Amino acid sequence: MARVSLTAVKKSYGKTVVIDDLTLAIEDGELIVIVGPSGCGKSTLLRMIAGLETITAGTVVIADRVVNNLEPRERDIAMVFQNYALYPHMTVFANMAYSLKIAGLDKGEIAKRIETTARLLELESFLKRKPRQLSGGQRQRVAMGRAIVRNPAVFLFDEPLSNLDARLRVQMRMEIKTLQRKLGATLLYVTHDQVEAMTLADRMVVMNNGIVEQVGTPLEVYHNPATTFVAGFIGSPPMNFLDLNNHNIVPVPVKASLVGIRPEHLRFCPLGTGLCDAEVAFFEELGAETLVHLRSQNGEKYILRLESATTPPALATSVGLTAADKYRFFFDNNGKRLKSEDAPPSP
Amino acid sequence: MEKRVFFRNKWLPYLLVAPQIAVTLVFFFWPAGEAVYQSVFMPDPFGLKTRYVGLANFQFLFTDPYYRNSFATTALFSSLVTTISMSVALWLAVLADRVGKKAGRYTTLLIWPYAVAPAIAGVLWMFLFMPSIGVLARALGHFGYTWNHALNGGQAMFLVVIASAWKQISYNFLFFLAGLQSIPRSLIEAAAIDGASFTRRFWTIVFPLLSPTTFFLLVVNVVYAFFETFGVIHTITGGGPQQSTSILVYKVFSDGFVSQDLGSSAAQSVVLLLLVSGLTIIQFRFIERRVQY
Repeated sequence: MARVSLTAVKKSYGKTVVIDDLTLAIEDGELIVIVGPSGCGKSTLLRMIAGLETITAGTVVIADRVVNNLEPRERDIAMVFQNYALYPHMTVFANMAYSLKIAGLDKGEIAKRIETTARLLELESFLKRKPRQLSGGQRQRVAMGRAIVRNPAVFLFDEPLSNLDARLRVQMRMEIKTLQRKLGATLLYVTHDQVEAMTLADRMVVMNNGIVEQVGTPLEVYHNPATTFVAGFIGSPPMNFLDLNNHNIVPVPVKASLVGIRPEHLRFCPLGTGLCDAEVAFFEELGAETLVHLRSQNGEKYILRLESATTPPALATSVGLTAADKYRFFFDNNGKRLKSEDAPPSP
Repeated sequence: MEKRVFFRNKWLPYLLVAPQIAVTLVFFFWPAGEAVYQSVFMPDPFGLKTRYVGLANFQFLFTDPYYRNSFATTALFSSLVTTISMSVALWLAVLADRVGKKAGRYTTLLIWPYAVAPAIAGVLWMFLFMPSIGVLARALGHFGYTWNHALNGGQAMFLVVIASAWKQISYNFLFFLAGLQSIPRSLIEAAAIDGASFTRRFWTIVFPLLSPTTFFLLVVNVVYAFFETFGVIHTITGGGPQQSTSILVYKVFSDGFVSQDLGSSAAQSVVLLLLVSGLTIIQFRFIERRVQY
C-alpha cells in the first residue's frame, strides 16, 4: 500500500491539452474517486498513472518513487478495466495466475494466493471456467481478483461498473468499498456517475475539461461546491441556477451573477413574495419523493424536491419560489463560488 | 438472439440458391465426375478410342517412382511455402500493428505483390535468379556461390518456394493485421500491467487469440500451395530439373497435356482431389478444436 502524488501533471496530444497542470496528493489507504463528464480527461489521468499513456509534463510519484519513465509492469500497480479485459482463452484460475507466474512465484504459492483471493470474492466454484461462461458481475469480480492477487501498491479502477445493470452496480459498489477497507488499499476509481462517486469516495476529485474543479469529501463537495460546474454536476437532480440579472434578490455579495439553490432547499411561497415566480410544468413521482418541474416566464427551468407526504400545487398553476438565506450559493460570472458572510454552513 | 426469415413460397429458397448450385455443378462436379470417369479408361496412342482398364491407371501410378517422389516434393514444397509465407506475414503484421494508424502507406505497399499474376511473379523471380543475366544469381557468383537452378534441384526448389511464398505474403499479412487489430487493446494493456514483456504478451495472449485467423490462413495457404502455384512453377522451372519441382498438380498437367497420358492424368486428379479433401477434413477436425473462437 502506498501514497501517490501528482505534481503539475500535464497531458497534451500535439496542441490539444487534455490535462492541464494537475496536482493531487493521495494518502495511503485512501479511496479516491475521480469523477467528471466524458471527455474530461479522467481516464487519461488514470492511464498516465498506470503507465499506459506518456506524461507530457510534471511528475507522478508512487510509493516515494518517480515513475514517469517506468514501464507499467515496473510501477507496482494493478488495473481493472471497464470491459474487464479478461484473457478469454484462459480459465479464471489462469487469468489470476498470469501475473504471478510472470513474477516467478512457485506453484504452491500461486495456488495459495488464488485460493485466498477466490474465497474473498466468492469465486471458488468458478476457477475452472472460462470468462465467457460467467455473468457480467462474476467477470467483474474476476477482474478485481486478478488485481488483488498481485497485492500491488495501488489499485486503479477505470469505470469498472458501467457495464453492469443498475441493481448489480449498487451491490458491487458496496462490495468494492468493503473490500478496499478490508485490504486497506490505496484505490483510484474513475467514474462518470456522481452517485457512485458520492457513495464510494473517501475523497472525490471533480474534473472538467482537464482541470480539477474541486477535491474533497463527498459531503464537503455537496454542501460547499467551489464552482457552478461542481454544483451542477454533483447532486441529483442538479442544482437550480437563477440569473441575478433577471431576479431582484437581496442581499447579494458583490460581483455575484448567479445564485444556486438545491432542489431540496427550494420552497413554495405566495406569488411575488419569493425569489421568482414560476409555473408548475410536470411532476416526477418517485414514491418517497416527488420532483416538481417548474418553468419561469423567461424560460428558466427549476426542480423542486418534495416529500411525498406533501401535496404539490396543481399543474399549470403559478407559484412563488424561495429558499432560506443559508441555502443560497452565489457564483461570479466565471463560475467561481463567492464566499460571503452568509455562505451556507454544513449542516 | 437468432433471427430467422420464413419463406411462404416453397420454391423461392431453391430458386435463390439455384445460381450457386448451377455454377458448382458445371464447374466443379461435372469436371470432377469426368476425371473420375476417365481415370478408369486408357486411350490408344492416337487418341481414337479408349479402353476400360479398371484400376490399372492407379496401380501404375503407385508403382511409378517419379509419382511417389512427387508426393514427397509436394509435401516439402507446400509445408515450406505455408510456413514461410505465414511466418513472414505474421512478423510484418506485428510490426505494422505496432506502428498503428500511420502504417497505412506501408500496408498498401505490402499488398501489391498479391495483385501480380502467378506467372508474372514466376518470370520476375526467374529473371532475378537467371544464371546468365540475373542480378541476384550474379551477385551470388561474386561471393563464390554458383547458382544454376536449371541444374541444381535444391536451388530450383528454393526458388519456386520463395516465389510462391512471396506472392502469398500480402494476402496473409492483410488477414493477420486485421486479426491483430481486432484483439481488444485493453487485453494487451492488462498483460503489460501484469508484467508480461512484448515477446511474452505475443506468445501467451496475442498468438492464442489470433488462432482463428491462423487456422483459416493455414487452410487457404495449403490449398494455395497445392494448386495455385502452378503458374510459378511452370514459368520458373517447368517442373525440372529431373522433376525435382514437379508437385502433384504440375504432374497432372505435364503427364496429361504434355505427355498425352490422359488416363494417368485423370487418375492423378482423383488422387489429388481425395488428398486435399482429406487434408481439409483433418485440419477442421483436429486443429479447429484447439482454436479459440
